Amino acid sequence: MSNGNMNLTLKVWRQKNAQTAGKFVSYKAENISPDMSFLEMLDVVNESLTHKGDEPINFDHDCREGICGMCSLYINGHPHGPKRGITTCQLHMRTFHDGETITIEPWRAEAFPIVKDLAVDRSAFDRIQQAGGYVSVNTGGVPDGNAIPIPKVIADEAFNSATCIGCGACVAACKNASAMLFVSAKITQLGLLPQGQPERYRRVQSMVAQMDEEGFGSCTNTGACEAECPKEIKLTNIARMNNDYFSAKLFREEEVHEQNH
Amino acid sequence: MTLDAKIPQGPLAEKWSKHKFDLKLVNPANKRKYDIIIVGTGLAGASAAATLAELGYNVKAFCFQDSPRRAHSIAAQGGINAAKNYQNDGDSVFRLFYDTIKGGDYRAREANVHRLAEVSVNIIDQCVAQGVPFAREYGGLLDNRSFGGSQVSRTFYARGQTGQQLLLGAYSALNRQIHAGKVKVYTRHEMLDVVTIDGHAKGIVTRNMLTGAIDTHAGHAVLLCTGGYSNVFYLSTNAIGSNVTAAWRAHKRGAFFGNPCYTQIHPTCIPVSGDHQSKLTLMSESLRNDGRVWAPKTVEIAEQLRKGTLKADQVKEDDRDYFLERKYPAFGNLVPRDVASRNAKEMVEEGRGVGGSGFAVFLDFADAIKRLGEETVKAKYGNLFDMYIQITDENPYKQPMRIYPAVHYTMGGLWVDYNLSTTIPGLYALGECNFSDHGANRLGASALMQGLSDGYFVIPYTLGDYLAKTGPKKVDTSHPAFEQTKQDVIAHVNKLLALKGTKTVNEYHRDLGHIMWEYCGMARTDEGLRKAKGLIQALKADFWKNAIVTGENEEVNASLERAGRVADFIELGELMIDDALMRKESCGGHFRVESQTPDGEALRDDENFAFVAAWEFKGENQPEELHKEQLTFEAVHLSQRNYA
Ligand SMILES: Cc1cc2nc3c(=O)[nH]c(=O)nc-3n(C[C@H](O)[C@H](O)[C@H](O)COP(=O)(O)OP(=O)(O)OC[C@H]3O[C@@H](n4cnc5c(N)ncnc54)[C@H](O)[C@@H]3O)c2cc1C
Ligand code: SF4
Ligand code: FES
Repeated sequence: MSNGNMNLTLKVWRQKNAQTAGKFVSYKAENISPDMSFLEMLDVVNESLTHKGDEPINFDHDCREGICGMCSLYINGHPHGPKRGITTCQLHMRTFHDGETITIEPWRAEAFPIVKDLAVDRSAFDRIQQAGGYVSVNTGGVPDGNAIPIPKVIADEAFNSATCIGCGACVAACKNASAMLFVSAKITQLGLLPQGQPERYRRVQSMVAQMDEEGFGSCTNTGACEAECPKEIKLTNIARMNNDYFSAKLFREEEVHEQNH
Repeated sequence: MTLDAKIPQGPLAEKWSKHKFDLKLVNPANKRKYDIIIVGTGLAGASAAATLAELGYNVKAFCFQDSPRRAHSIAAQGGINAAKNYQNDGDSVFRLFYDTIKGGDYRAREANVHRLAEVSVNIIDQCVAQGVPFAREYGGLLDNRSFGGSQVSRTFYARGQTGQQLLLGAYSALNRQIHAGKVKVYTRHEMLDVVTIDGHAKGIVTRNMLTGAIDTHAGHAVLLCTGGYSNVFYLSTNAIGSNVTAAWRAHKRGAFFGNPCYTQIHPTCIPVSGDHQSKLTLMSESLRNDGRVWAPKTVEIAEQLRKGTLKADQVKEDDRDYFLERKYPAFGNLVPRDVASRNAKEMVEEGRGVGGSGFAVFLDFADAIKRLGEETVKAKYGNLFDMYIQITDENPYKQPMRIYPAVHYTMGGLWVDYNLSTTIPGLYALGECNFSDHGANRLGASALMQGLSDGYFVIPYTLGDYLAKTGPKKVDTSHPAFEQTKQDVIAHVNKLLALKGTKTVNEYHRDLGHIMWEYCGMARTDEGLRKAKGLIQALKADFWKNAIVTGENEEVNASLERAGRVADFIELGELMIDDALMRKESCGGHFRVESQTPDGEALRDDENFAFVAAWEFKGENQPEELHKEQLTFEAVHLSQRNYA
């Protein structure tokens, strides 16, 4: 653990709301302990802004444990900062060094309009899920949990895809602002499990259609999403999704069902 | 007003089935004539919203995050209990019921807890059907682990991310109903008040957190599913946004507050590292299945460890005190949370604490790694270990983890009857927001169970009864009560915005947290609580004079949001202290130093305190009135705790 406190310069994107233009503003972050998380460092800056009667920097965050998917900072050109496999809230100041200048921006994508300063509107992700990212089952009247055995390898693989926290870093990292990694994670989770089979092809069609409607770009296999994803969701999900999508297009829904049986 | 818990008559095991039959039903064609308001989209809120919409009601759901999927439930790590007996190790509905009553230190309602145990079985099936990827055995069947305070293996889990997977399941059920047009979700909306007409809840007032618009919403019933209030302690394992505002404002409108002083302290958190810290991080209790808790045997060794001249792995076996295994051989490291927590505190008080601050004990995996291999340990707990490395910069595969207790979960909340109704008819409270089912709970994996039980399997029945009795007559926001409540909310917001003092809201929150942790935390004394009361009253007066709130209402304003929540926490803090002062016994995490056995165990006083404390608000700065719901135990008899 490194000792001693750090002094940093922050270049922060400030923007009142989606309608007004934004700009970078410089702030000094002084006496920063290496044990602070990145967000705690921003808290300290915000406390001093508040003392001066200035508006604190607005950013989204909640759990601060890397699981809610709410934090979303673009730090020195990387979503969630320079370290792999973690979210901004888990990034600690020991990653930086004394005297460094850190640039902090919001996610930039047409489908994610700016809310204020560093916070963006990611409701497009919710709408994609609403288009079909579920298994249609009502409460009650379901079979016993053990009546549907699932091989451990399949369950584990479904789980790996299910760990997506919906943060949007994949979109922010992609030069096309594609949401394919996010969408394919849900498609893969449900597509692997027996519970997800009946709606498998309809699901992929509706989710992809909604994704296009929201204005996300298309995937050109650059792989930036996988590299920046804090949950290390794999690109193979996208291949799986494409596969299901083409199957769904080639055959009519009923035929696809026939084939599966 | 007399409290009526509305516990159904008849034998315990038949109460719920019989009650379901006796409840009035709303005819399917009439359901669409009812509008239901649900505040909160965590496990309790999302499951309730999805289920009620499936039945045909029109639902409006609110949350303050940008998406329902980010509710705090997402953070639960360890698991969810269910009496499936898949392990064939002797579990049953009755045993889960019995363990939970005992774990609640006989301060929970028998009828509620039995229902919870019955329904637990359905919860797992429901989640599996939604595609929740629970952990599985090689044979394809569901896997289980055991949790603190339990001698059977009944906890279902999804790696260390059970809450996330359960919430995503409920969120997907909710999404399906949004798609179908039966639920409308209002994200980034904060509920700031309840509207009552003729004593019944008929709507809410919200603030749109993007525009500042203060709006009213009408419905035939209002369900609060707004989570717990651990953040009254400032540092807790809860998300930063978790707060008590919705429950507290409802309390001020007439909903009684039950057992506010009952907080659960979790033994395995990453210790505090400095003043900058904004929250604490839990290391799942499941770690105690394989990790061994110890402190150095002597103060001298502890000192060397604190200074860093000695490393934990260099401490000889003989110099280690595996204090939980030594004192509680039957449960060992799996003793209930309060016991593990208090023992860690004792070590620290004896000068045997470790880590830079001295406020920690070790949780050691060396034996497990030797026995199972690093790969197996990694597969079981990998993500938790990674999180620990991130935060502390230490490697728990090489050195034991440092852990210390932290506030984690609140068992108090709005008082509700068996139907989950608060003392305001038409206003319901579900999940962590209510006080029910838990008593002075010291067990893990039961909060998730309760949230989903309330949302999927209880409220759909009990709410129907109220609606059928009150009828579908349209309620709308043109009634003067809506405008009146809205004006009250606007006045409160303006009062906060006018605060242009010298101290930030965050600083007040931290001060409040210090008072609460010091005097109303792991151990409480009559003297300390009296002192705390004065301190809080002074803090409150100072807040309304000297706080700084920046910005204006008509925009995104985190400063304003925070200020409203902290103001409510300060008031709640005072009530918690009153409640703790009144309860001159120890139970669960409420440890009154004056009430302990010769061995230092919590000593209950069943003669005088076998009741639920339900507090009634009597006006600003007036003492609250205590009502008692006497608890009767028919199926289990009260016995002194003993884990030795
Ligand atoms: C770190 C951690 C780990 C845990 N692990 C476990 C575990 O392993 N097993 C277990 O059983 N339990 C566990 N718990 C406890 C459990 O997670 C919670 O008790 C449970 O998830 C609470 O669910 P809920 O639906 O009641 O509330 P929450 O999930 O907290 O949801 C609250 C909802 O209310 C909304 N809300 C709140 N106030 C307002 C307002 N004024 N206006 C509008 N919306 C509002 C929020 O937006 C949110 O949607 C854990 C808790 C923590 C902190
Ligand atoms: S795929 Fe990864 S980067 Fe994209 S939303 Fe999910 S967790 Fe975030
Ligand atoms: S704040 Fe929840 S993931 Fe970062």
